[in-house]
Amino acid sequence: MTPVLEVADLRTHFLTRAGVVKAVDGVSFALGRGEILGLVGESGSGKTVTGFSLIGLVDPPGRIVGGSIRLEGRELVGLSQPELRRIRGREIAMIFQDPIATLNPLLTIGQQMEMALRAHQRVSPRAAAARSAQLLEQVGIPSAAERLRAYPHQFSGGMRQRVAIAIALLHQPRVIIADEPTTALDVSIQAQILHRMRALARETGTAMVWISHDLAVVSSLASRLLVMYAGRLVEEGPTAEVLRHPRHPYTAGLIASLPAMAPPGAPLRQIPGSTPSLMSLPPGCPFRPRCARASAACAQMPPLARAGARAWACHRPEEA
Amino acid sequence: MSGTGDSILRVAEVERRFVPELGLGDRIAGWLGMGVDARPVRAVDGVTLEIARGETLGLVGESGCGKSTLGRLIAGILPPSAGEVLLDGQPVMRDGRKVTTRIQTVFQDPFASLDPRMKVGETVAEGPIAHGLTSRADAPAYVAQWFARVGLDPEWAGRYPHQFSGGQRQRIAIARALAMQPDLLVCDEPVASLDVSIQAQIINLFLELRRDLGLTMIFISHDLSVVRHLADRVAVMYLGRIVELGPTADLFAHPAHPYTAALLASVPKLVLQEGSLVEFSAIEGEVPSPLDPPPGCHFAPRCPRAAAACRAGRPPMRDLAPGRRVACLFPDLPPG
Repeated sequence: MTPVLEVADLRTHFLTRAGVVKAVDGVSFALGRGEILGLVGESGSGKTVTGFSLIGLVDPPGRIVGGSIRLEGRELVGLSQPELRRIRGREIAMIFQDPIATLNPLLTIGQQMEMALRAHQRVSPRAAAARSAQLLEQVGIPSAAERLRAYPHQFSGGMRQRVAIAIALLHQPRVIIADEPTTALDVSIQAQILHRMRALARETGTAMVWISHDLAVVSSLASRLLVMYAGRLVEEGPTAEVLRHPRHPYTAGLIASLPAMAPPGAPLRQIPGSTPSLMSLPPGCPFRPRCARASAACAQMPPLARAGARAWACHRPEEA
Repeated sequence: MSGTGDSILRVAEVERRFVPELGLGDRIAGWLGMGVDARPVRAVDGVTLEIARGETLGLVGESGCGKSTLGRLIAGILPPSAGEVLLDGQPVMRDGRKVTTRIQTVFQDPFASLDPRMKVGETVAEGPIAHGLTSRADAPAYVAQWFARVGLDPEWAGRYPHQFSGGQRQRIAIARALAMQPDLLVCDEPVASLDVSIQAQIINLFLELRRDLGLTMIFISHDLSVVRHLADRVAVMYLGRIVELGPTADLFAHPAHPYTAALLASVPKLVLQEGSLVEFSAIEGEVPSPLDPPPGCHFAPRCPRAAAACRAGRPPMRDLAPGRRVACLFPDLPPG
């Protein structure tokens, strides 16, 4: 099966006065039709910049300086903004962490959905309203037809995020990039939305890149997992397998540090040090200064080693 | 730890109302007889609690449930509208002012809680000097001692907040609170904005401090896994009220209130087996507006078990088992 999205050696750098920040530095992966791929990492790992790169929303001083992003075989890197606008929203859409920033406070939900529809197709106001109401219902907004006349401030945070999801789904895109879409929501609302997203991916065949710092959320949603650290992919594989038997010491440390992994009140396993500044990365493996397994070999950048569905970038991986 | 033995803090029938501040337009509209919404929000609605010396109480609930407001009432940052907060029998506030230094607070955002123009050592020394816990001459040594205590290099006292990472800044905020030698530490989401790998470091620090200093802690968090790890007892809040209170392990194993049960079921678990994706048992609907809370039990409109009696009046807090209290007419009874 050909992947719907293929990313090869993606490099997005920020050319700042203080130097070059390699926010994404050589990321490759493929996304299958209807697949939900989890992209996890901590702040500064490059997961959000990867998401923004995929949809062509990197602003200066950031720039995609290399690599390729193919959506159903079509190269996106190097397209002009008008060309990207024709694709964005229709074939690839994004859901952000903060739905307030996505929605225009001066327009009703119905007006915004109609505008989003008309950006890519000719529809009558009546057809637009019908389609919008249908989608709001699909994402679990009750009495959808009436809610179209409401303004964003009349919705709760959870309801606004549902509206953002409905807008992302308007054109049945091939791919949705979701950047921490439930992080700002309460757990009960998060559970409702995760449940709904899983069903939607199944029903519509839309593939998703689900960006999150929360391993538990990703594990309940994504079939495959990518782990990023300091702008690089350090591990990839089927989610449950990676969580059970991580190969990269960073992934292993991240899982072991979860409170759920220790008996109540017992000290947690911790990764020493802090996430590195991308301005002053050590040569070789960026995790080396925090890694208990590091050796002299780690002064060389480890390549991504593959075995079956698994991959890891480590000279001294954990036992299989 | 039922809180009845050696109790350090007593929260008695505490209530906190917020009256919306009306803009000029709203006030004119009000004078002209138009319906302007000036109803008070009851952020904390009749909360009674006792905290035993040395225990850690977890305060959980979703946004808007009043957990942070309750934390501020306890810490003496906000005066209650009714009821009182007593530390060893003495009020925490008098005439709208905090009158004790024995309660200190650690907030979520270490970026906002440190003055960017002050050296961090000065920030930590400020309170203790003002309250005579140390002198200006002894302050550097005093600060160094607390820096070491929270795992910071005492040499760093001369640096500014921006020179530290998020985790280090939270350590500074903790050192500042501890330097006041409090008996009770109120922690409001102290690990929420930290990266996962840093979160574990700070949780471990809290475990150590509690053990070594015999601190009593109130730990406010939306993250149930963190609370489960740190708290001896847990209080669950919903729309301004405590709906359930009990020892952590019991409460997590056998939630009695339907809201607690639903909340626990909503937390995503780490899935370690392929194809064993748990179905989320989501709570129906959303938290109602605190401006217009439903009559009787606030959870009744979303509760699968609600009966007419639930809508008639506020369910009283009652004892289910030793240390376990619940405000529900039809609770799940813990076994045994």
